[in-house]
Amino acid sequence: MKAARFDYFKPADRAEAVRLVAASDGMGKFVSGNQSLGPMMNLRLAQPELLVDVRGIASLRECRHEHDSFVIGAGITHAEIEDRRIEDVTQGLLPFVAAGIAYRAVRNRGTVGGSLAHADPAADWINVMRLLDAQYLVSGPAGERVIASDAWMAGAFTTALEPDELLTAVRIRRLAPTARWSYYKFNRKPGEFAEAIGAFYDDAVSGVCRAVIGAIDAPPFLIANASALLERDDPALLAQHLEHAGLEPGSYSYQVHRVALERAAHMAREHRRTPQ
Amino acid sequence: MNPLEHASRPQGIGAPLTRKEDDRFMRGRGEYVGNIRMVGMLDVAFVRSPIAHGHIVGIEKPAGLEHAVYTMAELTGVLPIVANSSLPGFKSSEQPVLASGKVRQVGETIAMCVAETRAAAEDIAAQVFVDFEELPAVTDMLAARLPESALVHDHWGDNVFLETRINTEPNAAFDELCSNAPIKVQRKLRTARQSMAPMEGRGVVAHWDKRLSQLIVYTSAQMVHVTRTGLAQCLGLDEGQVRVISPDVGGGFGYKGILLPEEVCLGWLAMRLGRPVRWIEDRREQLTANANCREHDYNITAYADHDGRLLAVDCEASVDSGAYSSYPFSACLEAAQVGSILPGPYKMERYRCHTWSVATNKPPILPYRGVARTGVCYAIETVMDAIAVAAGLEPYEVRLRNLVGPHEMPYDNITNKHFDSGDYPQAVRRAIAAIDLPAVRERQRQGEPDGRRIGFGLAVFCEQGAHGTSVYHGWGIPMVPGFEPVVIRLTPDGVLELRAGVHSHGQSMETTLAQIAHEVLGIDTDRVRTVLGDTGVTPYSTGTWGSRSIVMAGGAVGKAAKELKERLMKIGAWLLQEPLEQLTWEAGAVVGASGRRSIAEIAHVWYLKPQLLPPDVDPRGLEVATSYQARRDTGTFSYACHAVVVAVDTELGKVELLDYVIVEDGGVLINPMVVDGQVYGGAAQGIGTALYEAMPYSEDGQPLASTLADYLLPGATEVPAIRIEHMETPSPYTEFGQKGIGESGAIGSPAAISNAVNDALRPLGAEVNQLPITPRAILEALAVAARASTPLAGAVV
Repeated sequence: MKAARFDYFKPADRAEAVRLVAASDGMGKFVSGNQSLGPMMNLRLAQPELLVDVRGIASLRECRHEHDSFVIGAGITHAEIEDRRIEDVTQGLLPFVAAGIAYRAVRNRGTVGGSLAHADPAADWINVMRLLDAQYLVSGPAGERVIASDAWMAGAFTTALEPDELLTAVRIRRLAPTARWSYYKFNRKPGEFAEAIGAFYDDAVSGVCRAVIGAIDAPPFLIANASALLERDDPALLAQHLEHAGLEPGSYSYQVHRVALERAAHMAREHRRTPQ
Repeated sequence: MNPLEHASRPQGIGAPLTRKEDDRFMRGRGEYVGNIRMVGMLDVAFVRSPIAHGHIVGIEKPAGLEHAVYTMAELTGVLPIVANSSLPGFKSSEQPVLASGKVRQVGETIAMCVAETRAAAEDIAAQVFVDFEELPAVTDMLAARLPESALVHDHWGDNVFLETRINTEPNAAFDELCSNAPIKVQRKLRTARQSMAPMEGRGVVAHWDKRLSQLIVYTSAQMVHVTRTGLAQCLGLDEGQVRVISPDVGGGFGYKGILLPEEVCLGWLAMRLGRPVRWIEDRREQLTANANCREHDYNITAYADHDGRLLAVDCEASVDSGAYSSYPFSACLEAAQVGSILPGPYKMERYRCHTWSVATNKPPILPYRGVARTGVCYAIETVMDAIAVAAGLEPYEVRLRNLVGPHEMPYDNITNKHFDSGDYPQAVRRAIAAIDLPAVRERQRQGEPDGRRIGFGLAVFCEQGAHGTSVYHGWGIPMVPGFEPVVIRLTPDGVLELRAGVHSHGQSMETTLAQIAHEVLGIDTDRVRTVLGDTGVTPYSTGTWGSRSIVMAGGAVGKAAKELKERLMKIGAWLLQEPLEQLTWEAGAVVGASGRRSIAEIAHVWYLKPQLLPPDVDPRGLEVATSYQARRDTGTFSYACHAVVVAVDTELGKVELLDYVIVEDGGVLINPMVVDGQVYGGAAQGIGTALYEAMPYSEDGQPLASTLADYLLPGATEVPAIRIEHMETPSPYTEFGQKGIGESGAIGSPAAISNAVNDALRPLGAEVNQLPITPRAILEALAVAARASTPLAGAVV
């Protein structure tokens, strides 16, 4: 199939991009790498009348340090993170995850912002940003605002973005040298979307220990204090979290999420034992 | 040419010559239907049925665009596609090129919309309103056989295209003899419906040539001459009024072996509009609307003595044949073939098989690489492993005790298949040695550090290829292969032009046919041009299918080249003024005591200096049209043993292929590198069948894998480095001893992988009896086993 007819603009200016979409009466979409929207349009599952390509906006490709944080422009591609062409402030977490996203051809074009705005629960960044408690920097006709990671995703493929708001960057805290992470993704074959994700972020110095159960049919499920899961192998506690995440005991989905979380926990425990 | 190769490089039979095709294919310069642009060309999009089963109550064309929409009401005189078999009891279906009464599958063509671009044609298609009266969908082949099922074809009275029975003795005697067998194993097995998924889908460009009064149809097809026959029949044209051209084809696998409703529609439209028209199948149409393959159901029982020797095999097999009988292979080839090939390479005393080709509200099923062999090999090899367990033997030991032996060749098996040659047990022994089974068993005993379980599996099979008239006339389908024709001729500069009716869609025929010409004539393969895939310039052939081309077209090229050489020798003798008996043929030239005359020199004389020709020269000149039939047309039997080591993650149900060995005998190999390529490609597809590919349907007949995100194909990370070993037992019946081997790789891998996975799961009491072996299937099997052993265990389903 071929996409239905649409208009296309590629402005160099962020305000202009926002103005174009705002004026489209809800029929306009921002697009960058076009790796999610493009296939949907080619199947005519999505039929926006206007595409505003944000790849010409230089500010979306900027990364910068802010106090204890690091801001990653929404237009940075998965491949740029994988190849460490932007600075890594996550002790290797982001490059590791980026390398496991789809296939290289997709990573060359797909962007962090595009993936986060698409909000597929089985995608990687949406889960990683929840784990890292990222902040979403958003630009709209009314100005700019910041959305916290717990408020970003309302449901599968649904975000807190207004139709005329553009995700411009994500802000994450720089991980301390003592911080450790683990990330376990289960999929049928490399490059496919995840059937289950389990991830830990563990910093002994600051005392932060978070975990995420991901690739559920909903926003990532955060375990804000996951220390207990690392201190001992406690199947009952694990089961409690899985059930809170909405997984049905005895189901296939429960099983694979349980194993993904267990394996991520196992790796995180190993990291705790390994002095660096 | 690769600069490292030079004129003296080996180019004949057995040389691993780099492919002539590589120059364009490796640079992305192939010319496919989708590359064709014609002045004034219009694009077509089809309105397809969104429902699986129902009556069309009305079709409403969008106002103002009526002229751009065509339904069956406009296609007056166009006949439906019919492919009957003469096997007794076969029920005929009529596949309309555009449905007007009933629709019988999702994706069935209903209307044809034409516009300047495909996108614009799709805009029009989206506005065509079709009103349906829905009927219950028939989606499960076993339920479809029950009397209460809805009917796909109302006038049939049931949903069975064809039932076949093979029985070596009366039922009572069979049952009586089997009742005392020391070992009895039974399995119910299911293989998923698959989509053939060539990289290039189907595609058609058609136009009417006013000068020639001829419909020219470019189509991505394996069998252009058969397509032309069917197309002419449906359109009511003389065959001479139709020319079918298949340019480069990006994978066939059987998917491109049938006549499509879309081909007929486009042919009609080109004549109606007097303009070139085009339809290029997209991936969604390929996955959801057009032919599928492989969906089998087996209830198989095998009987053996204490030593694991087969006494009898008894099987009920059904094939989900879909809604229509496709032209030319028909809806029954697959299931009927199950009956005749289920015994595989094994000896047994008795055999009984009952098959059903069942109609359902799904796309037609087609012979995919390996045809029924892939399912059959899975069924028989599963029970062979079960016998091994029951007899307490290694699986390979049971094979060695039952395989037809080398000293029994040629061998007529229990269904009268004539195995031409080979040493089947040797293939098993070599595979076991190559995979180092004792080391595998030791690793299995020790256990993996990561907790995964090791399993070993093997599969043995033989593949009938290039079977001809005596086999196919029995099926009574619209196409029966006969003598295989070829035309070869020299041009004045001594280039050999070779025209054959087979095609090449990955088989590298341009290279291998040139190698055969070189073998006979000594002509450099760079000076051989092969022309394929065009009814206008190639002789009538049933085309490329059934692993036949290198045997049939290769045999024909050999025969033609020998005749051409004789003619060249006679002219050369005259030119050298030496007696023919004292001349030899060396490196593409006639050589005598006084000198040599090359092919190019003799060709120059024939065409441009005929005054120098001998007075009694053969007036047929330097063009040879001949046709070839093997000394026996019951087919060549290549064979192979696949041996696989897997690691199974029993928590997630994931399977990793740790080692994979194929020992393969394709007779005399024309080009071993090309054969390796065929085997690798086939095995990759077999890995897809084993672990990934499934086209599930909902209860109301909706295909549930409509993109490649849902229909998983094996890729680079799923196919291990397969080790291939060749044996070369010549076929006694073919021109050079070669055998057909193109489908082989896809046959053995599902069985071998399944046996390996089940070997890994056996200590846990679990067994998976379906393909593909998904993580879910493994976890479910483990849950069932856990429930059976400890009723209180928190099992997973």
